[in-house]
Amino acid sequence: MESSSPLMVFLAEKAPVFLQAPWAFVRLTRPGWCELIARLDTTPAWALLALWAEPKDVHAALYDEESGAFALVALACPEGSFPSFSGARPGAVRFERAIQDLVGLRAEGLEDQRPWLDHGQFPVRHPLAASPEDQPPVPRAATDYAFLPTQSNVVLHQIPVGPVHAGIIEPGHFRFHANGETVVRLEARLGYVHKGVEKLFEGKTPAEGARLACRISGDSAVAHAVAFARSVESAVGVEAPPRAHALRGIMAEVERIANHLGDVGAIGNDAAFAFLLAVCGVERERTLEVAGACFGHRLMMDTVVPGGVTVDLAPESIERLRAWAARLSHEAPRLESLYDSTSSLLERTMTTGVVSAALVHRFAAGGYVGRASARGFDARTAAPYPPYTDLDVTVPVFSEGDVDARMRVRLREIPASLNLITALLDSLPEGPTGVPLPTRAGEGVALVEGFRGEILTWTRLGADGRIKRCHPRDPSGLQWPLLEAAIEGNIVADFPLCNKSFNGSYSGHDL
Amino acid sequence: MLFPLLRALGRRPVTQPALAPNPDDLVQLAQSLQERARARLGRSLAIRQVDAGSCNGCELEIHALNNAVYALERFGIRFVASPRHADVLLVTGPVTVNMREALLRTYEATPSPKWVVAVGACALDGGVFAGSYAVVGGVGQVIPVDLVIPGCPPTPRRLLEGLLALLETAK
Ligand code: SF4
Repeated sequence: MESSSPLMVFLAEKAPVFLQAPWAFVRLTRPGWCELIARLDTTPAWALLALWAEPKDVHAALYDEESGAFALVALACPEGSFPSFSGARPGAVRFERAIQDLVGLRAEGLEDQRPWLDHGQFPVRHPLAASPEDQPPVPRAATDYAFLPTQSNVVLHQIPVGPVHAGIIEPGHFRFHANGETVVRLEARLGYVHKGVEKLFEGKTPAEGARLACRISGDSAVAHAVAFARSVESAVGVEAPPRAHALRGIMAEVERIANHLGDVGAIGNDAAFAFLLAVCGVERERTLEVAGACFGHRLMMDTVVPGGVTVDLAPESIERLRAWAARLSHEAPRLESLYDSTSSLLERTMTTGVVSAALVHRFAAGGYVGRASARGFDARTAAPYPPYTDLDVTVPVFSEGDVDARMRVRLREIPASLNLITALLDSLPEGPTGVPLPTRAGEGVALVEGFRGEILTWTRLGADGRIKRCHPRDPSGLQWPLLEAAIEGNIVADFPLCNKSFNGSYSGHDL
Repeated sequence: MLFPLLRALGRRPVTQPALAPNPDDLVQLAQSLQERARARLGRSLAIRQVDAGSCNGCELEIHALNNAVYALERFGIRFVASPRHADVLLVTGPVTVNMREALLRTYEATPSPKWVVAVGACALDGGVFAGSYAVVGGVGQVIPVDLVIPGCPPTPRRLLEGLLALLETAK
């Protein structure tokens, strides 16, 4: 945390700052909040990472890209509303629509007032409000949604896709406006898999919460569980033991590799190059087999809890992981050269689905979406947490912003993660794999790099040690809107390719 | 590009030998499948997968069925893009209130005879999401279910056993 950071200087002038490294907590007054919005408008380097609400408070997570400072700001909303960030940061639009739907606090000045996660089917209105039963929900058909209109001097046709898609993927609705083959505009409607996760967290013990955290987005079971665990640990002020950190790190990198292998194959397949899918499918299967054998679950669910981990590595498992890593280290460059030497595939991926660096920065999109468009943010280096504090993390960054660049980030991250796993296995600390958690009230936040990007989880515990609120912000929250920009001007047939290169989480976004 | 193909020719296949159907599923199936359906289905199954609210964990393992290790298609089972081409709906997740109508419409669009296989702990009874305002419950709360493949998520091996049981009984 940089005390000389312009963000910190600005906040310190407004209110007392409470430090919980690397985060600064500040409770703003309403004028302070408005000044912050005005300042964001003229300071592109200040990124809005997340925005969420409790029944009477709204919270925002900020990051100063230049000085590297992180801050959490809160505002009390006694009148039930707060000034909107959406004019200064477009990424706030969907967060604020979700707050309006779930908590019932109103975002003043938010132009897009359409409901987002509430499709008119909830039995209660404002389920996260202090007393949700007070207002009955307004009956509305599930299909009742006003997609944005288009104006054009040629006749555009609409293509509705979803929520049930043709492949084995999650549900969501995509509305294309097309001029012949060319997409003029895409608008996504999400929220179909909203499961009320934030409400389900309420009243759970940290251990019960960890089971739910694994299931926020099944492909990021480890990353979400680590983010949740670290937020709880920071709320009660404990640190997991070194062996637990190392095991979390190994599992998180195995998860990254497994997902990247799946995506690389699937992107190839969506460009009709099924061979890449076949090769990657086998490597992914080998990876999950090893994960299942060493950690007891192929997706490594329920292995991470606040305070530590529930698994340990036997000597045979360490050898098995080493053998797998050595083999895959040999195969990974071959995957890249297979991709590189298939010109018909490159023809489809290069210059397709371009997202500009300016847009990625404006939305503060992380993960491979950011790193393919020159935003090198990675939680493992920007806000290092154990075990990465002692490791040399390589973060590949490209600037083309197309499907090809998002593919290359993944291809390069596979060997980088293998190196981290080998380093962690070589220096695996001895000792316990967990510490008990004290029962106390607190508020904590954690930033953890999953395969898709950084997960920000904020948790408030009550005096009984149970969860009062937990808000996990999946990386896709800031990536989904950019898919709409990526596809603009491309042909409809390239949508699956663009979509796969993003591989946004529906479940993680919808919560 | 040719090199990996040539290399693969010289290797043993990674595909696993076929598994015996899980006897428990057979019992469950015998109760839910009619003689009439057995005669009509033949030895080929077209499956339409529907995510009714899952965390995506179940989808990942269903995907794995198509990889070269499990190679589902060798059993005459394949995934199709439209419910209108399907014999079986493979439904995952707790059914969310927001997906309820889409699931119903998909079921209605599937021609009879049809079977519904509920995959995963969530599809059985809502799993960790049971009791939420946003969740209806298990798949059986919305459409009739013929077979449940439990697990969170079920492993591909377990999925394969369940689907083979469906095939053997329906033969
Ligand atoms: S059963 Fe488990 S893996 Fe499947 S959708 Fe439910 S939580 Fe996810």
